[in-house]
Amino acid sequence: MSVTPMTSGTTTAQPKFRLPREAGLTESEAERVRALLGREPNALEWGMFGAMWSEHCAYKHSKTLLRTLPTTGARVALGPGENAGAVDLGDGLLCVFKVESHNHPSAVEPYQGAATGVGGILRDIFAMGARPIAVLNGLFFGPPEAESTRRIVRGVVGGISFYGNCVGIPDVGGHVSFAPGYADNPLVNAMCVGLVERADLRSTATAKPGSAVYLVGSDTGRDGIAGASLLASFELGSADAAKRPSVQVGNPFLEKLLLEATLELVALDAVEAMGDLGAAGLTCASSEVAAKSNVGMRIDVDSVPRRATGMSPYEVMLSESQERMLVVARPGREADVERVFARWELHGVQIGEVIADERLEIRSGAEVVASLPPKALADDAPEYDVREWAKEQDRGQPAVSTDEVISPGDTTHKIGLELLQLLGTPDVASRAILYRTYDQMVGTDTVVGPGADAAVMRIKGRSDGIAVALDAQPRVAALDPFTGAAAAVAEATRNLVCVGAEPLAITDCLNLGNPERPEGAWQLERTIAGISAACDALEVPVVSGNVSLYNATHGRDIWPTATIGAVGRIADVTKHIPARTGEPGDLVLLAGSAQVSLAASTYAGLRGQGEGTVRIDLALEARLQRFVRAAHARGAIRAAHDRAEGGLGVALAELAIRDRIGMKVTLPAVRGIDTRVMLFGEGPSGIVLVIRTADELLVRAIATEHDVPLWTLGAIGGDILEIAPVLGTPVEALVRAHRDGLGRALGRAS
Amino acid sequence: MLKVAVLRFPGTWSETDFAHALELVGAQADILWHADADLRGYDAAIVPGGFTYGDYLRAGAIAAISPAAGELRRADREGMPILGSCNGFQILCEIGLLPGALVRNRQGEFRCDWVHMRVESDRTPFTGGLRGEILRMPIAHGEGCWVADDRTLARIETNGQVVFRYTDARGAASLESNPNGSTANIAGLANENGNVVGLMPHPERCSEELLGGTDGRRVLEALTASRHTGMVSASVQ
Repeated sequence: MSVTPMTSGTTTAQPKFRLPREAGLTESEAERVRALLGREPNALEWGMFGAMWSEHCAYKHSKTLLRTLPTTGARVALGPGENAGAVDLGDGLLCVFKVESHNHPSAVEPYQGAATGVGGILRDIFAMGARPIAVLNGLFFGPPEAESTRRIVRGVVGGISFYGNCVGIPDVGGHVSFAPGYADNPLVNAMCVGLVERADLRSTATAKPGSAVYLVGSDTGRDGIAGASLLASFELGSADAAKRPSVQVGNPFLEKLLLEATLELVALDAVEAMGDLGAAGLTCASSEVAAKSNVGMRIDVDSVPRRATGMSPYEVMLSESQERMLVVARPGREADVERVFARWELHGVQIGEVIADERLEIRSGAEVVASLPPKALADDAPEYDVREWAKEQDRGQPAVSTDEVISPGDTTHKIGLELLQLLGTPDVASRAILYRTYDQMVGTDTVVGPGADAAVMRIKGRSDGIAVALDAQPRVAALDPFTGAAAAVAEATRNLVCVGAEPLAITDCLNLGNPERPEGAWQLERTIAGISAACDALEVPVVSGNVSLYNATHGRDIWPTATIGAVGRIADVTKHIPARTGEPGDLVLLAGSAQVSLAASTYAGLRGQGEGTVRIDLALEARLQRFVRAAHARGAIRAAHDRAEGGLGVALAELAIRDRIGMKVTLPAVRGIDTRVMLFGEGPSGIVLVIRTADELLVRAIATEHDVPLWTLGAIGGDILEIAPVLGTPVEALVRAHRDGLGRALGRAS
Repeated sequence: MLKVAVLRFPGTWSETDFAHALELVGAQADILWHADADLRGYDAAIVPGGFTYGDYLRAGAIAAISPAAGELRRADREGMPILGSCNGFQILCEIGLLPGALVRNRQGEFRCDWVHMRVESDRTPFTGGLRGEILRMPIAHGEGCWVADDRTLARIETNGQVVFRYTDARGAASLESNPNGSTANIAGLANENGNVVGLMPHPERCSEELLGGTDGRRVLEALTASRHTGMVSASVQ
């Protein structure tokens, strides 16, 4: 087999790369390519290796560490490696889910970047044969008062709204942070959850020689050429605007057609394997399907429908045009495949076939323009063990802790105002002005939508349901990436417990800086170690995920940010814990840890402080979650709420806001913890519970059995939140502060 | 058993939601593909919500030239009860089965929320016995602001064609209770005969206690009840 050498001047290939460096490969990586092939690749082949061996596609700096994550468990139906992972809900139904980043595209073009981020994660789910039932978002922006942040918020939220609403998948929750660390490099993480009968689960690993390969959906254009290697695998610099052509443009209507056609093909059992076209486009989809299936593939780029004229094979193979899917038909079912495409008014054409020889042969008519082993592209990228150069930057020890600096301990007269200020602060205030632009209910399965600890989805025809949460702890991670990542896993699973669910598994999106620098390498290592430790302690495996590195602008890394999506099961969805306040007379309790601190707290952040030490007791977290689940199983929990941003004071206020009912409580007395620290201090492993008075003995007994500390704080009632003896604030004032805070911070009229 | 046809266009996403809700009130729901939809033999038709053809041109504009549009016109001539919700309301206006047009929300963005509305007329197969009731339902739209010229507005008000009006929880129509700037707080209206009704809110999303409300179910139950009271008698048999 001879491959046309595409040196400068060859007409068919329009060479783009004279040097592998221009394809994004280092000299040693280029040597590795030459050694694998035993020859010098041509320009197209360099481009394909550059994209497939990019950080975004090959996880070069994270793969070694990701292998240390726990990925197995009784409920795991499919671990990492496919488009998404899956857990078994029982009776043959699987829940498929994954979280993914679209950070760099969103930094360059917020609206399209966020929109196509939603599109990409939806395709990951339906490429497996699953119907998407919910989307969640993890969004991290710079300071809300900055005009640049406001522009990015408008763009990102607008893009999510545009795409998700049109396709018709409800957006049911997520996480939003505002911090200086994300000023120029916002993070846009999208999670999708889908359902599929086990028999309908589709894979990239099941293509067989002789089968026809179809490309269906959008025509291929010049948008997003090599976005994976170009945009997502390097730091953004001052020339970002020049990278705008590397951002794809979304067409959610086409995505909806693709979704319905794909699922119809699955229902007809007419497809053998599927792969979605995301980063590295056709190169990635074809090489991954071939590599995973231990086969080869022959593709004729001339048969690929195009949006632009004069596109070179390089452009066709590396285009990241959205809303495309690679479909391998079952032999003899080609007519069914074509009929379904036609009925959904989709452009789907056969572009090649699966071959037995493990070779990805790209043709342009009669001419072979590239011929590469799929596994060399998909599996043989080098792995770098960042531990070899990881090193924590010496920050020095803070002279005094944040608690001492900003907690005089005696003046409490302004505490009521401080609580209102905290409720209205961007990290705490209601996100309704953002999520009310997302359809939260389409599909009629949303039992609990955005604004609660976790979303709850029913499953039509079944009595069980699922709970989903997406959380992150950026401020904690900025101080200590290990604790931040572990706390994010703890929070996401704790939030599931707060709606009455049993956590089953998580998906993780790791957003970090430059792993080639010692500090970035150290953050990556500690982040993965933190997730691993929390997963072990809480017995939740990781079934899917995504790593986004090089999140830094002008040489400054973002805060190490692990966004954790958690999925749980509620045996009887009608018995979830509702987002209620409770009935007058009900008791308010705090369960878990009272060891809170102002270090890394929202309260300290408002005052430009936050240094100190943050800790997590994962064994206590596990006991706390088991205790609340056990108490709920006995029917004893009327309401529950995680103590999160803003500490116990905000948790109590948010509880009161739910049904606009007040309460009268006193703070737990813990030696060495000042009143203000107890009220606004943050720390993991705290849940506020509301129970009937008659259940107090029972709940105490269950807490003792699980060795979980429990404080009775007071009782529900009235229209004032009274935290004796430091504050008494009308619930209506709490409602207003919480409702109006984000709009005010973003400079919008409400 | 009441047989209801639920139309499906490319980009429709409420068809299965409606089918599920209709089954809850004991109706038989068949989802029909727009290109070859045959409404003969059905007691009623639903044009559900979604983004037909992406709403890229104008909400409902492309669906209005589908073969289904002719079939809906024919069914209307025979008096079939037809309900359009959200994008379905937009399509019925584009087809000309309902007066006026739906334009971009006045606040300029998509809005998904719960709203209240007062039932203004019970002379439709979807609101029998509900006149004066305050219903709470979800909305989810970017182009739900109903507009018409003054003469059309005066005519439909006089004829009693306004079926639903956005109000507060106590039934007062105000600026604050209008989620999209719709003219005269109109959330839904009927044609002159009363057999065709369009509304922006989603009855299918509030037909179960588990989902936060059952007022939508009352609209669907009114349809099943109307059959026994003869309001559906004009339908195609």
